[in-house]
Amino acid sequence: MTHHSPARASTLDVLESEGIHIIREAAGGARRPVLLFSGGKDSVVVLHLAAKAFWPGRVPFNLLHVDTGYNFDEVLDFRDRTVARLGLRLTVARVQDYIDDGRLRERPDGTRNPLQTIPLLDAIAGHGYDVVFGGARRDEEKARAKERVVSLRDEFGQWDPRQQRPELWNLYNARHLPGQHVRVFPLSNWTELDVWRYIARERIELPSLYFAHEREVLRRDGMWLAPHHSVRARAGEAAVARRVRYRTVGDASCTGAVESDAATLEQIIAEVASTRLTERGATRADDRLSEAAMEDRKKVGYF
Amino acid sequence: MTTTTTTSTEPDAPAPSLLRFATAGSVDDGKSTLVGRLLHDTKSILADAYESVERASRSRGAETVDLALLTDGLRAEREQGITIDVAYRYFSTPRRTFILADCPGHVQYTRNAITGASTADALVVLVDARYGVVEQTRRHLAVAALLRVPHVIVAVNKIDLLDFAAGPFETIARRVRSHAEALGLPDVVAVPVSALHGDNVAVRSERTPWYEGPTVLEALETAPSVDEAAVAGAGGGAGAGGVGSAGDVAGAGEGLEASAGADARAGWRFPVQLVLRPQDAAIAPEFREYRGYAGQVAEGTVRVGDAVVVQPSGSRTTIAAIDTADGPLREAGAGRSVAVRLADDVDVARGDLLSSVDDAAPAARRFHAHVAWLAERPLRVRDRVLVQHGSAVVQAMVASIDGVLDIALPGGTLDSSIRAGHELLLNDIGVVELQLAQPLAVEDYGRHRRTGAFVLVDPQDGATLAAGTARAQAPGSASDAYVRI
Repeated sequence: MTHHSPARASTLDVLESEGIHIIREAAGGARRPVLLFSGGKDSVVVLHLAAKAFWPGRVPFNLLHVDTGYNFDEVLDFRDRTVARLGLRLTVARVQDYIDDGRLRERPDGTRNPLQTIPLLDAIAGHGYDVVFGGARRDEEKARAKERVVSLRDEFGQWDPRQQRPELWNLYNARHLPGQHVRVFPLSNWTELDVWRYIARERIELPSLYFAHEREVLRRDGMWLAPHHSVRARAGEAAVARRVRYRTVGDASCTGAVESDAATLEQIIAEVASTRLTERGATRADDRLSEAAMEDRKKVGYF
Repeated sequence: MTTTTTTSTEPDAPAPSLLRFATAGSVDDGKSTLVGRLLHDTKSILADAYESVERASRSRGAETVDLALLTDGLRAEREQGITIDVAYRYFSTPRRTFILADCPGHVQYTRNAITGASTADALVVLVDARYGVVEQTRRHLAVAALLRVPHVIVAVNKIDLLDFAAGPFETIARRVRSHAEALGLPDVVAVPVSALHGDNVAVRSERTPWYEGPTVLEALETAPSVDEAAVAGAGGGAGAGGVGSAGDVAGAGEGLEASAGADARAGWRFPVQLVLRPQDAAIAPEFREYRGYAGQVAEGTVRVGDAVVVQPSGSRTTIAAIDTADGPLREAGAGRSVAVRLADDVDVARGDLLSSVDDAAPAARRFHAHVAWLAERPLRVRDRVLVQHGSAVVQAMVASIDGVLDIALPGGTLDSSIRAGHELLLNDIGVVELQLAQPLAVEDYGRHRRTGAFVLVDPQDGATLAAGTARAQAPGSASDAYVRI
């Protein structure tokens, strides 16, 4: 008789196994790994993969969140509940602390997203983290499209696209000198749609603002921003009630909501599959600053 | 609910499978335009991204939208009008999802092509129809042969500039085929294409009625992925794939007589990434004493009850269980990340290789390999490097450099194209013998694409220096089973 193969693996099966392999590989060679966890959907999926990678043990490293002070309360609640449920430890680096003692100054445009870099690098250096897991995906942005799964950063956290190591087969080289660290992106090959399909398949819990809900929002630069102590209505802007959801969840000062009736995962998947706007283009003010906004931020140590 | 089946009902559409492919070309042969065209014609470009390309095209004075700008990544690249690095793109059709590694042709062409091709199920090589097969084409075909990329699609571009004539295309296709045959590439298809106008990229052209083959997209949609190919080859009864010379065998060296029967199960390989021993960190008390070995199946299908040999120690045991966070499995196929438990208390560590007993490769302290040198400084005999193989990292020394691949020799096999040489420079591919500080179960890459692959790492700064593919014997050996790739 002939031996039949197991059923052909689906795209999600392949991506899940690849992500688990990357996490195990980077953690296996690390002295002190850490996982960047914001409560956003991508970091939730990375944490889900990490939980699978080390099953039946708990995830054997800490979580780190850089809080701009402008994050959505419901996301922070979700973050803390998730950490407690998995029995993990979370370190929070606060941009507010840096502003309070003068190490960072508010920007004229009011957004704090670019201010995350210094607290992040200080936390990495202060705790001696050598492997930093993040949820970035290559399909998000054209600078990310060129970043390695394992990305070497120098003492200043800088990404140097010209000095990237070739990354061959599934052999990930995370060696680095003292003072350097590597960022590791297990979702490198996932698209936004893959993430949503996986969340649906695995029944992963998310913060409620990813699902359509009524919210007071105001229109600015072609985006719906939620009034917040960081987002005050300017002259000519008026808050209106709209049915919206968030496609990405970041700092309230620069993350826009999209008008949507998608209240379930199935509806969100249908919406994402048919959207004509990119994820960051629709929702991120910080990426609209220039054509190379992400590239510039990555070069100075951003995620 | 049970399904009511009749013989005529269509089965549920299978979940779309994943194909990884790479594109490679030389300067100005239109590769970026081809990639832009593939993305555009599969409706993978969203409106805001397209508008930004429209704006950029206009600001450069172009009258039509330059699809090449879709893949133009970094500001550093735009400013210099070059592409520096491999970029990854994602798109899908109803039949398949694709991961595209877009490999630029200018700077560090071999480095980029090898990086992209190492994970590829298929390689799309761009050829300018006006110039035909050039040195860069031969180099890309050699990379495909060296890395055993299962499918090669040669897109003969700019046929619009030759008035869609059959003659020039067929001349190029013949040359490509003879070259590919010499290199031992198993599956090569040439497609006449105008990336600029979209002919035969995703849509069949009416201007090439003489062409009956697939479009580029059809070729990609129908190429079996590596997993499927591995399954198709499962009945072949692969023989032993060890690459060490007999005197250097450190572990058990049996398995040379692997059964060659038609229904023999192909062997499997499982590199161990982690030993899972949760103890106090167990998620539930019943797992406190758990001991499993975590990894991704590299090849074949592991089944509960299978006999196991542990490399490099040579210990033997059997698979007691296959675990995942979602529950136990009876078997796990190539690519699956799992943890296995073993029946006996044998010593297993990160970096070890578990293999099926019937064709296990012996671990060795010396082996020959093709090495693609990717660093600025040269590689010389007696240089010290680290070999990273699976999760194992072992000190090594270059015992000898036996030759350098000379791409300028047309029509040769990989081995007949080797000229004498005693150092490797950036982008050289050479035949090198490595001597290891500890034995490793490095296998013949021709038979084992995962466990035959390794990288060389700089022991001082950790830089990745080279891509290596282990080979069964040095060139000029009596048997040329490998040579014929």
